[in-house]
Amino acid sequence: MAQIGYSKKVMEHFMNPRNVGTIENPDGHGKVGNPVCGDLMEMYIKVEDDVITDIKFQTFGCGSAIATSSMVTELAKGMHVDEAMKITRNDVASELDGLPPQKMHCSNLAADALHEAIKDYESKKETTERGTKAQREDGRQGKHRS
Amino acid sequence: MERVYLDYVSSKPIDPRVLEFAKRFLEGSCGNPSSLHSVGLEAKHLLEDARAKVAELINGENEKTIIFTGSATEANNLAIKGGALRNMSKGKEVAATAIEHISVLNPMKELQKNGFTLNLIPVDSTGMVDLVKLEEVLTKNTTVTSIMYANNEIGTIEPIKEISKIVHDKGWYLHVDATAAAGYLPVDVQAEGIDMLTLSSNDLYGPQGAGALYVKPGVKLQPVILGGGQESGLRSGTENIFAIAGMGEAARIAKEEMAQESERLKEMRDKLIQALLMIEGAYLTGHPTKRLPHHASFRFDYIEGESILLNMDRHNIQVATGSACSSKTLEPSHVLLAIGLKHEEAHGSTVLTLGRLNKVEEIPTIVKSVKETVERLRKLSPLSSREVI
Repeated sequence: MAQIGYSKKVMEHFMNPRNVGTIENPDGHGKVGNPVCGDLMEMYIKVEDDVITDIKFQTFGCGSAIATSSMVTELAKGMHVDEAMKITRNDVASELDGLPPQKMHCSNLAADALHEAIKDYESKKETTERGTKAQREDGRQGKHRS
Repeated sequence: MERVYLDYVSSKPIDPRVLEFAKRFLEGSCGNPSSLHSVGLEAKHLLEDARAKVAELINGENEKTIIFTGSATEANNLAIKGGALRNMSKGKEVAATAIEHISVLNPMKELQKNGFTLNLIPVDSTGMVDLVKLEEVLTKNTTVTSIMYANNEIGTIEPIKEISKIVHDKGWYLHVDATAAAGYLPVDVQAEGIDMLTLSSNDLYGPQGAGALYVKPGVKLQPVILGGGQESGLRSGTENIFAIAGMGEAARIAKEEMAQESERLKEMRDKLIQALLMIEGAYLTGHPTKRLPHHASFRFDYIEGESILLNMDRHNIQVATGSACSSKTLEPSHVLLAIGLKHEEAHGSTVLTLGRLNKVEEIPTIVKSVKETVERLRKLSPLSSREVI
């Protein structure tokens, strides 16, 4: 039942997490972890012109799971999706003034959840673009036919 | 906010009366009890005084039945390894419940690696040992069976007297780890038929750095630590007289005040359990009635124990958890898994243990803190938003 020491910044984010909640009709949604393992994170993003304009999270997990989720949302907000994809576990941990070694997997999960949300956005975008292109082509064909 | 310490199962503050008693050694002679001169004899006197007081707490036959060690962990190692290795001619089997402390389970696993058979006895969902299974697995080759008096994580008290009958009917020695129970329950090694019993100084409000193993007259052990032959040859090394003298005084106070103090804590415990079970998705872990008088342990749906601990610490209330996230291995507590909790359930564990400094007036503060903590963490949790809180 040992407790592990956290930095002040981890505790600050744990007690006052930023961007908590969900987004209705998000442009991207990421979910990683598993309650069986003790960590589950969900990330929601709104994107305009490939820039993350809004981001929300919900987390089931320990102190560092909550703090890293909060930190990753703070880092990613306002960022271009390509840049946000480059956020690593080490970025999250160092922004929090470090994590105990056995807690590093938490920062991994937080970055993973963000990346999953961005991938979801990218794949939706692709579908939409394909859809729009197809529509355009349909339109042209229609025009042609008429 | 004033501190409300609720982690007496992990560590207890030293009783000021104990400190007053034991500090005479540090301020005075600091002799070695093995020396024959007068300074050595002063230390020897403190050591033997402590031995008698500890023997009295558990109704040992005489003071010689008490072997002082450096910790309860060391006492458990001595009982298990010392008992199994010394009695190998009788057989190479050992047994323990699945909810023993790791300082019992790990020496047993080491024996297993060295050719011993280890039988782990299951417990039911309240943590009560399965007596039928116990009777089934024990044989004349089982030299040491280790069953704790009461569990530190879920508070369940085991039926030691019944267990003793089975152990002595089927196997050889019964070792009882009474670290969590001594000082709260009237342990009687003779009436309960115990061959070896582990005690911890710190768990009796004594100084850290001392433990003791009661060894019934006639029980044969092999030392784990070899050297100058202190403690009847069973634990070499100069005794930690300050800690041991303190442990003795702590045992004396515990014996004197136990009945009244346990009654006081039990009332507080019941109030706490009643109030916290009103929270939706809160469950008691361990036995509802056969539990340590100061022990209230729970699990909460949708949230994780380390978060609960950290959040309550911000209210200046200190609790414990058996959640994986607070352990070095990131595995949930083996005790919670042994009582049949699923991993995701074990993660929500919170243990509140009361002690001498707690007052009944603190109950509303504690209840408020738990409620606020559960509410806040559930708002953060993706699990609770999907289901009705």
